[in-house]
Amino acid sequence: MKQLFLILAIFLLPLAANAVNPGEILKDPVLEKRARAISKGLRCVVCQNQSIDDSDAQLARDLRVLVREQLVAGDSDQAVVDYVVSRYGDFVLLRPPVKAATLVLWFGPVVIALIGAMGLVLFFRRQKRYAAEINKEVGE
Amino acid sequence: MIVEIGHFALILALFVAALQGTLSMIGTHRRDASLMAIAAPAALVQLALVMLSFAALTWAFVTSDFSVLNVAQNSHTAKPMLYKISGVWGNHEGSMLLWALVLALYGGAIAAFGNNLRPSLKVRVLGVQALIATGILAFVLLTSNPFLRLSPAPVNGNGLNPLLQDPGLAFHPPLLYLGYVGLSITFSFAVAALIEGRVDTAWARWVRPWTLAAWGFLTAGIVLGSWWAYYELGWGGWWFWDPVENASFMPWLAATALLHSAIVSEKRDTLKSWTIFLAIIAFALSLLGTFLVRSGVITSVHAFASDPTRGVFILLLLVVTIGGAFALFAWRGPSLKGSGLFQPISREGGLLLNNFLLMVAAASILLGTLYPLFIDVLELGKVSVGAPYFESVFIPMMIPMILVMGIAPFLKWKRGNISSASGQLKIAAMITVIGGGLSWLIIDRANALAAFGIALAIWLFVATLIELAGRVKLFRVPFSDSIKRLLRQPRASWGMTLAHAGLAIAIAGMTASSAWRVEKIQVMKFGDSVDVAGYTYTLNSVNEFLGPNYKATRGRFSVTRGDSFSLVLQPEKRVYSTRGMSTTEAAIHPTFLGDLYAVVGDRDKKSGGYITRLYFNPLVPWMWAGSLIMVLGAGISLSDRRHRIGAPAKSKIVPRGAPAE
Amino acid sequence: MNRLMYYVPLVLLGILAVYFSAGLGRNPATLESVLINQQVPEFSLPPIEGSSKGIAKVDLKDQVVLVNIFGSWCKACWIEHPFLIDLKEKGVVPVYGINWRESNRQAGPRWLKKFGDPYTLIGDDPKSKGAIAFGVSGAPETFFVNKHGIIRYKHMGPITEQNWNDTLKPILEALRKE
Repeated sequence: MKQLFLILAIFLLPLAANAVNPGEILKDPVLEKRARAISKGLRCVVCQNQSIDDSDAQLARDLRVLVREQLVAGDSDQAVVDYVVSRYGDFVLLRPPVKAATLVLWFGPVVIALIGAMGLVLFFRRQKRYAAEINKEVGE
Repeated sequence: MIVEIGHFALILALFVAALQGTLSMIGTHRRDASLMAIAAPAALVQLALVMLSFAALTWAFVTSDFSVLNVAQNSHTAKPMLYKISGVWGNHEGSMLLWALVLALYGGAIAAFGNNLRPSLKVRVLGVQALIATGILAFVLLTSNPFLRLSPAPVNGNGLNPLLQDPGLAFHPPLLYLGYVGLSITFSFAVAALIEGRVDTAWARWVRPWTLAAWGFLTAGIVLGSWWAYYELGWGGWWFWDPVENASFMPWLAATALLHSAIVSEKRDTLKSWTIFLAIIAFALSLLGTFLVRSGVITSVHAFASDPTRGVFILLLLVVTIGGAFALFAWRGPSLKGSGLFQPISREGGLLLNNFLLMVAAASILLGTLYPLFIDVLELGKVSVGAPYFESVFIPMMIPMILVMGIAPFLKWKRGNISSASGQLKIAAMITVIGGGLSWLIIDRANALAAFGIALAIWLFVATLIELAGRVKLFRVPFSDSIKRLLRQPRASWGMTLAHAGLAIAIAGMTASSAWRVEKIQVMKFGDSVDVAGYTYTLNSVNEFLGPNYKATRGRFSVTRGDSFSLVLQPEKRVYSTRGMSTTEAAIHPTFLGDLYAVVGDRDKKSGGYITRLYFNPLVPWMWAGSLIMVLGAGISLSDRRHRIGAPAKSKIVPRGAPAE
Repeated sequence: MNRLMYYVPLVLLGILAVYFSAGLGRNPATLESVLINQQVPEFSLPPIEGSSKGIAKVDLKDQVVLVNIFGSWCKACWIEHPFLIDLKEKGVVPVYGINWRESNRQAGPRWLKKFGDPYTLIGDDPKSKGAIAFGVSGAPETFFVNKHGIIRYKHMGPITEQNWNDTLKPILEALRKE
């Protein structure tokens, strides 16, 4: 295991620059824009927490090239992403997919907000009741 | 010898802390004055011992004593002195010692400056603080001892990661720790109050300056980290929703909520259990952050070398400390009834809404940060949660918050009346719409969201200033009168105005730099020119030379704009001798409207030119300026004399038109 | 009811603590393969210099094989190398190699010449096409493919005497029975 970390460490040289090289840039600006957008959503699996667009690692570079080649060959954005996901799993998506296992993730914030809102409502109701009690006492 | 003294001092500090903690709690329980009298001196002794220990470690680094394992692992004779010193906290063990130092520092500050506190409260606060310190010091001594010797001592050390050899990053951990370790004091206040069974307006008033201090430092620390990332990582990014960044951001959100909730508790004797809860949560998030960075459960660029045994210890610390606090909360919380009532539309309501949004945001970020761990433990596969998730969750929650931030200062306490402020708010709204519309029309019609972000920033800025103008009765009384009123505003209200205005400026910067960045990547040969946002960059030359511990390739750009503007930018790419790592040193020139940002990359063998990355990052200086203004606001608020005055003088008449805070 | 609400933070903390302790033993960086129990992906790699045949998907059928990702730059590959040579000499199982990301065409062949060649077939993969097809994130990695061309197991890190005897050999024997 430690050796694996050593190997992975070799790839941790990145952090040198936003990594797209001029040689990788496609001639068609529309395709290049798509490539950049897709790259920004794919995690560099040999880095700690970067997209393949940001990482200088060699595998990231090769994945960038692969994405561009597939776009030039006419694949749709979704097809390119699906290809990479079919190889590396959902882990490679920086934006987690919406599926059964991630429902809690995507709907969690909404649920938390609703619970909080309910708490606020209950709080104000209690305040009103308390105020009414005081008024009753005062009135008596 | 000095190292041994430092080691011994640390052990002594542990014993002092343990004594301070237990005797303080026993003493206050028994109302034994002589036991209680130990607390403050013990806190000061503890501080002195930890300072001595820290000084000893610093000495070892400064003198490059490689017989100390920690120094051998993290330092090198070729390192400049500033980085030898910052190397003390640039590693796990040293940074934990810094943690312990800041903890002791806040305890000592209470001991020395907390003379206006109710004695039993003061002793209990010092007691809780000491108990936390006992845990942390034990952690350091048992699992992360920086004073371990190495025999035989190597001739030279392993050198520090070159990325950490940087002035910005040198000061980032101390500031950050003064921030989120500072939240330990508000935690101690909360636990002490729970033990006492008494949370009153005096308590809330005493907590405020400490919260302000911690919050101010934390803001500065986070911003410094972002600033470092911006100029060091080579392309102008400044926030990545990395788990460790989130680990410092969540306490910040909770601390902001606490700051505002404490105001309500102080002024209106309500929301007491909520404020206590926030104080506990804020420090819990700090401890959680410490756990996440050092235990290895989460992948991150920032993580120190992960070690499960350390993780177990910190987890235990977290469970005992926070679990204990939450247990107390469950027991005492229900009896903390307040007396202040208020309508939903009121100053309190606005602050409560602010709290609600901040804490839902913090909870969402927590969910996203911890989700990969949950999924992995439940064996449901591996999922990664990156920036796209956090942005889509966080930003929508901030929109209502910024809107409310503009309105709330206008609302009165207890029962606010929007219609009385509607005239002023309408002016602010008009300016906002015009400003947002203009930015949409002029800058980028394709990006309505960005214009909306700018509009929000304008709203907050204008509404904040109009509120201030209202308080000084600008244009309604002679100007000199307004000035007089301005100078008489309490400093705490200056704090609010500055903090909110600063945030607005920062938001404008964040929006613009994310949405409208101009990027040009190409291979340039000498003499080639590229246009970036109206500026012409010409590559003149590229030279190689040797630095103190690296080899550098430096490019020279002359940048012009029309006839009037001319500048030379010299970005570098460095390769460090000891670890073979490389860094980019971007050349950055701030202007009022944005940064000119140039990076020189590798040589392109085919053409003989160099890869260059040239950027224009709009309004980035506004992010830094806005954040500094926020920190300034905290400082000014802290200097308010009312924080230093003793028990509330009941006879004080609150002047009419008392400024809102 | 209201009183119970005050216990919620404590309960949530407890749940979190359980997750954290479970998480402490795990490694968040390892990427389990999503290709387990799937067909070998489409791929085709040219031969390395000095060889006439590369590897492609069609070669991975009719018998149980190991596919090993390696490179002359990969220090851990040096560790497992003698063991792979041993496997070849004893004729235990054919090992096909994917020579990943060499800096030039000679680096791989030269290394193999110097230290021995344990591979029955080798593909040259300078641009990571093969590695990406297999979802590789580091070297060395070894895939166990059965005779129907289905990937049954992925081993990350070097193969050693110990993990071979403990884990990998039993997997190999099970595969032979399929």
